[in-house]
Amino acid sequence: MVLVFIETREGKVKKSSWEVLGEAKRRAAELGQPVAAVYVGAAVDCFNPEVFARGADKAFLLENAELAQYSAQGYALALADLVKETAPQAVFFAATAMGRDLAPRLAARIGVSAASDCVKVEVKEGRLEFTRPIFAGKAYLVGRLRATPQVLTLRPNVFAAPAPAAEAAGGEVVKKAVAIPDGSVKGRVEELIKAEGEEIDVTEAEVIVSGGRGMKAPENFALLRSLAAVIPRCAVGASRSAVDSGWIDHGHQVGQTGKTVSPSLYMAFGISGAIQHLAGMSSSKVIVAVNKDPDAPIFKVADYGIVGDLFQVIPALTAEIKKLTE
Amino acid sequence: MNIVVFVKRVPDTESRIRVSADGRSVVEEGLNFIISPNDEYAVEAALKLRETKGGTVTVVSAGRDEASTTLKKCLAMGADEALLVKDPLAETYDGLRVARIIAKTIEKRFPAFDLLLFGKASVGADNALVPTMVAEMLGLPQANAVIKLAIEGAAGTAEREIEGAAERVSFSLPAVVSAQKGLNEPRYETLKGIMAAKKKVIPVVTLDELGLGGDAAAPQVEVVRIEMPPARQAGKIIPGTPEEAAKALAELLRSEAKVI
Repeated sequence: MVLVFIETREGKVKKSSWEVLGEAKRRAAELGQPVAAVYVGAAVDCFNPEVFARGADKAFLLENAELAQYSAQGYALALADLVKETAPQAVFFAATAMGRDLAPRLAARIGVSAASDCVKVEVKEGRLEFTRPIFAGKAYLVGRLRATPQVLTLRPNVFAAPAPAAEAAGGEVVKKAVAIPDGSVKGRVEELIKAEGEEIDVTEAEVIVSGGRGMKAPENFALLRSLAAVIPRCAVGASRSAVDSGWIDHGHQVGQTGKTVSPSLYMAFGISGAIQHLAGMSSSKVIVAVNKDPDAPIFKVADYGIVGDLFQVIPALTAEIKKLTE
Repeated sequence: MNIVVFVKRVPDTESRIRVSADGRSVVEEGLNFIISPNDEYAVEAALKLRETKGGTVTVVSAGRDEASTTLKKCLAMGADEALLVKDPLAETYDGLRVARIIAKTIEKRFPAFDLLLFGKASVGADNALVPTMVAEMLGLPQANAVIKLAIEGAAGTAEREIEGAAERVSFSLPAVVSAQKGLNEPRYETLKGIMAAKKKVIPVVTLDELGLGGDAAAPQVEVVRIEMPPARQAGKIIPGTPEEAAKALAELLRSEAKVI
């Protein structure tokens, strides 16, 4: 069996969990094994039979009042019990903030290592072989985990999430009451603090419009926000120098000391293309660079480039894209 | 408050990475090494807590002899003590192995501690596994990738970054906390600190002494190969006035690249 942890935020399944379920299904089919989707919560009322249409053969709902709020300790306890019972070959998570917090806790609990942020998974000699970025994507590690189960987190935005099957798919739903001994959960999430407005994180965005030193001042990021507003699922990114200058919050930083991203489209405005920035965004499918300096290294990796003044290009591009998408 | 901070020596983020002839490791020759940037935020957090709460800050690194340079930097920043856990292996990319070494070090050498601080991930292996795995092995709560941290008595609260938002986590001490950019601005070493650190002899503990000799610390991650990403080709430069170029770009993104 292959287990897939389904992450929900405020009752909704995250898109990255559907991506993971899709990939787990494809690999499990090669291995000749069934896939089970795993939900964890107080009472899993957000369970959606869509998991079956999206590839799961079975669903486990792991429940305990203690699990109303996410805690790595509580969730790992619940998952470890299920792992003991089902002896899966692999457990998959999305490499989200929660997946990265939870997967290593489960792995350590059952005494195995894990592979983080995988961008490719293959079946070799009946085992999973993963490819994951190291040095923020300056190189890739192809490896295998010697112990079973193999615990992997998959990078969001890389694997295809299949559309739900048209014909009604069904599967077995197994509810389990999890035993959580008193005092075993010593830390938990108390509160979700939302940013103003509905912000998409750069790691989950389809499109990123990023600004660097060439943006010159914090107020100029408003130009990028206006551009982002006319593109669906678009986030605003930034280079390290823009963040270190205090022009934009560090959560937007793309690169080796920020976030590694793989959107469909990455547009870099006023970013020269320092090696640590290129590491973080070079796996984007399409790259656009706008820079005054024709020799900027960013042009070496860009599919489309405009040598020019970003303060003129961004408003014009915003207007043109608005026309096209309206 | 007794705080132990774990730091790692990694190649500078400016480094170009090359694959060794064996195809399974990275060429170290010619690389400049630094403290992993995330670990600097952890050291700074520890020093700040000591300023208000007293106690000691001990820095620990698992690695080869060269890791003592990284420990000396932390001493020069203001850490009280340092310990080098001598690990003969180069990078194994195995979070469980490192976590086992660290958990054993804590058990054997630091029986009384309040807080274990890490960087959220080492810049290089990029696994972000070790802090959480250590927490699990020692039965401690965790707060990862924190951008705010407050300790009151025997409890702490932290804010950690999640997708497009933050979440507030509360936990009891002792605990594991991993730091990231946004938590603080790491201080520079002082001249006095550098001089004092130079004279300090850093104690060393071996894996054998920790009871991790032989196969006990064998890696579980099999490195099949390390490969370079496919090289990207420079594409086309779009000519014209800013308005013309913007119009042409928008159309190419729609009709040719099909990304908007």
